[in-house]
Amino acid sequence: MKKLLLIAGGCFVMLSSFAQSEKFTAAMKKNLAELDSAFKNPAYLLTLANNFERIASAEKTQWLPYYYAAFCQVNNGFMEKDKSKIDAIADKATELINKADSLSPGNSEISCIKSMIASCHMMVNPMQRWQEYGAESNENMEAAMKQDPANPRPFYLKGQGLKYTPEQFGGGCKTAVPVLETALEKFTAFKPASELHPNWGKEIAQQIVDGCK
Amino acid sequence: MKLILTTALFFWFGLCHAQVKISGKITDNKNRPLSGASIQLKDTYDGATSDSLGNYSFTSDEKGVKDLEVSISGYNPVTLKITLENVPVSFNIALKEQITELKAVVISAGTFEASDKAKGAVLNSLDVVTTPSANGDITSAFKSLPGTQQVGESEGLFVRGGSATESKIFIDGSLVNNFFYSSTPGIATRGRFNPFLFKGTVFSTGGYSALYGQALSSALILESVDFPDRSEADLSISVVGIGGGIQKLAKNKKSSWGVSFNHTNLWLAFNVIKQRQDYYKVPVANQGDFNFRIRTKGGGMVKYYGYISQNSTAFRVNDIDSTVLKNAFSLDNINIYHNLSWKERLGKGWRLNVSGSFSTNKDDMANEMQDAANQKVIISTPDFYAFKNFNLQSGGTYANGKLLFEKKFNGMNAVRFGADYFYSNEKSTYTLYDGSKYDEKVGDKMVAGFAETDVYLTNNLAAKLGGRIEHSSLMNKWNIAPRASLAYKTGYNTQVSFAYGIFYQNPERRILPGVAGLDFSKASHYILQFIKQTKDYTFRTELFHKEYDRLYKTGFGNNGREVAANTNGTGYAKGVELFWRDKKTIKNVDYWFSYSYLDTKRDHLNFPGRITPSFAATHTASFVFKRFVLPWKTGFNFSYNFATGRPYYRIAYDNTQNKYAITDEGRTINYNNFSFSVNYLPGLGKQNAKAFSVFVLGINNVLGQDQVFTYNYNNNGSRKEAVGPPSRRFVFIGCFISFGTDRTQEAINNNL
Repeated sequence: MKKLLLIAGGCFVMLSSFAQSEKFTAAMKKNLAELDSAFKNPAYLLTLANNFERIASAEKTQWLPYYYAAFCQVNNGFMEKDKSKIDAIADKATELINKADSLSPGNSEISCIKSMIASCHMMVNPMQRWQEYGAESNENMEAAMKQDPANPRPFYLKGQGLKYTPEQFGGGCKTAVPVLETALEKFTAFKPASELHPNWGKEIAQQIVDGCK
Repeated sequence: MKLILTTALFFWFGLCHAQVKISGKITDNKNRPLSGASIQLKDTYDGATSDSLGNYSFTSDEKGVKDLEVSISGYNPVTLKITLENVPVSFNIALKEQITELKAVVISAGTFEASDKAKGAVLNSLDVVTTPSANGDITSAFKSLPGTQQVGESEGLFVRGGSATESKIFIDGSLVNNFFYSSTPGIATRGRFNPFLFKGTVFSTGGYSALYGQALSSALILESVDFPDRSEADLSISVVGIGGGIQKLAKNKKSSWGVSFNHTNLWLAFNVIKQRQDYYKVPVANQGDFNFRIRTKGGGMVKYYGYISQNSTAFRVNDIDSTVLKNAFSLDNINIYHNLSWKERLGKGWRLNVSGSFSTNKDDMANEMQDAANQKVIISTPDFYAFKNFNLQSGGTYANGKLLFEKKFNGMNAVRFGADYFYSNEKSTYTLYDGSKYDEKVGDKMVAGFAETDVYLTNNLAAKLGGRIEHSSLMNKWNIAPRASLAYKTGYNTQVSFAYGIFYQNPERRILPGVAGLDFSKASHYILQFIKQTKDYTFRTELFHKEYDRLYKTGFGNNGREVAANTNGTGYAKGVELFWRDKKTIKNVDYWFSYSYLDTKRDHLNFPGRITPSFAATHTASFVFKRFVLPWKTGFNFSYNFATGRPYYRIAYDNTQNKYAITDEGRTINYNNFSFSVNYLPGLGKQNAKAFSVFVLGINNVLGQDQVFTYNYNNNGSRKEAVGPPSRRFVFIGCFISFGTDRTQEAINNNL
């Protein structure tokens, strides 16, 4: 009887830990599926960011939910029209991505988000902040390329940045398209480590290239 | 048995997985709904985000006592212990707003901040360089802000009815004793410091912090840059000289050093642009400087900047008392300056700032009478002719130190306290036409203690309260100066501030050594300010009232010189100022407008009574306009400065009545100065260029309008002569090149 109980108990523990990772995957998938629609409704991005953050704080050891929470926050920042609110949103994204960073140091995907956060800060006042945040954004972008040369996203970010830089300063379609085409090649070859790992950017990169034609 | 167990297990499982609904509303302290707040059952995935009405609702399988966490940025997070059973529960939660720099009111009465970061800054560091009338001179840039006078005959900042000696300049906390090149008669000299040395500037036109003292009117507080962005070399060539330097940043970005050398020579400029003075030795200056910066282990910073500078000039002007004779004035100067500062975080919110400066200054000044053939002429009687032949050798040693502790508390509250020490030792030898020498020695050791606290009651209401105590060995007297500021946020982007303070100052060097028993001069400031500031525009207005007490009156010293005799002088200044800056209304154009009204009278020095001093104009206005044309890679900057005429007096000693009297007076014509500058950046946008250059063309007083600063009188007052600028216009052409790095980004930053 004792043995049986032990086995039953053991099974229960195994089951529940299996259920736990099942639960994690399911919750992540459910929220990831909503990412696309969230971009059409910025208010929902914040809800999604909070969802990811809740998963992150319950799991404690997974970098992906922190990563996605930061990803949603920084995109929320990009979409915010009231510039006086952007810094606070970007700071929140930084807080989240730093937690992801401590769980998975030297991660190329995390460096991409850091680059985006710096760009977000810069957006508040590009004229005054270019020097500081422009450099920070570049540094993180370059770090991302080094950390994983196969990652298409830093190339996408670089191309996107060039697209929105005035031609007089060496930006515009002419310089952006070759970089974005490199990104697209890498996107085609890119295989995410799991269905939960970052795999975004291809469509937008393609859209910018098409728009330049 | 097994069956029962399994059934029981399933029953228990099912029971505890019955979901329960948790809902409620999130508000702030004033019951206004907060949307976007995150609500979470601790350590579970369960939670929600509050909607636009602050409502939230979610379901959970959890049972028992749980922590419900609520958070949203800008508010203090709340954790609630809740018990979950089988019935739906509702929790309405109010959050308290955090006091943050982003939201809090800025204590700003009396101050202008030029910075790229500080909230409430009205100028950024580059505005200082691109304001055309400033010609790249730091203090001149502040003459486009309200509260300052357009004084052209001597250097310094004349603020709100105060003389230039009432404005003091501090670098990284330390007082700078010889900020400007040594004075030459009738010509305003420039500051010795390159504007690119500084990242932030606080210009106080009154009511400044207890951390600073010894300035009756104004404090200009400069903060030097930390690390350069990258290693680089640069070169400058212009009509006024050449210069070059390198900055080396360590690979780990934890230390840097730099050296530079500048040679200024006005030979070319003065040959092309006719000067009022006849220069027989054109101004030449050589300056070598060195700096280093080290990031400490604790995240603090050690900074050093120092230079050795030598300059000389000599010129002749027609003597006012005679039609044939000339005055030949010559000046040689050597100035050495060191500034070392250390900032460190001590943990638990404590910070330590230690700074010190050491400098020496040596002037060799001479004036002689010359005839038409430029030969020396000595006339021993009358004595006003005799006194025109003299030699003055003076030297000074100065050491200043500051120790400052700061403790930051939650919600931006802070306490600061510390001490200052100022040492000065000045010696001079005055040689008269007949070879008789007069030696003088003036020294002072001053100690000061100060304390200040920032109190933020809410995001909308804050106060800064402080006090300062000083002792001067020169006068052997103590003073206690209270300071207080209050700021209240009246709306989303509007605020009102008030500042009050008492300020003390020692007599200026020029009137020392004076009689024994002198006391500090005293000024009381009352300032009321209103600001409305958004990203695109700033509107600022200030009302001020200033009372002067114990101003120094002068009498004759042993060599006929004017020296401090008593502290019976008094005075007042009051006025209103406006500032408007707009970066949006006209596309790609940034402009600002300043206006100051000043009503001031004072009795000091040899004034026979309370009169409006000759450096004070009633109305002053400035207009600055900047536009960068991207396709041309060129920036265009215009400025217009205007001031109504200033009073001038002939004050002479009336021997019959044994007192000073005004024998003649008048008012100068209005002052107009339209200046223009162009910056051309040909390398803009060239990727990976090896060198980056900036070409600058600047023209001061483009329209050649007549400018009269004041009048000089001859000895008996029968003749007066206008004092104007050394030349009607001045044209600056220069090229600045940086090597080894692509500076496109910096150029974009600097010029957009």
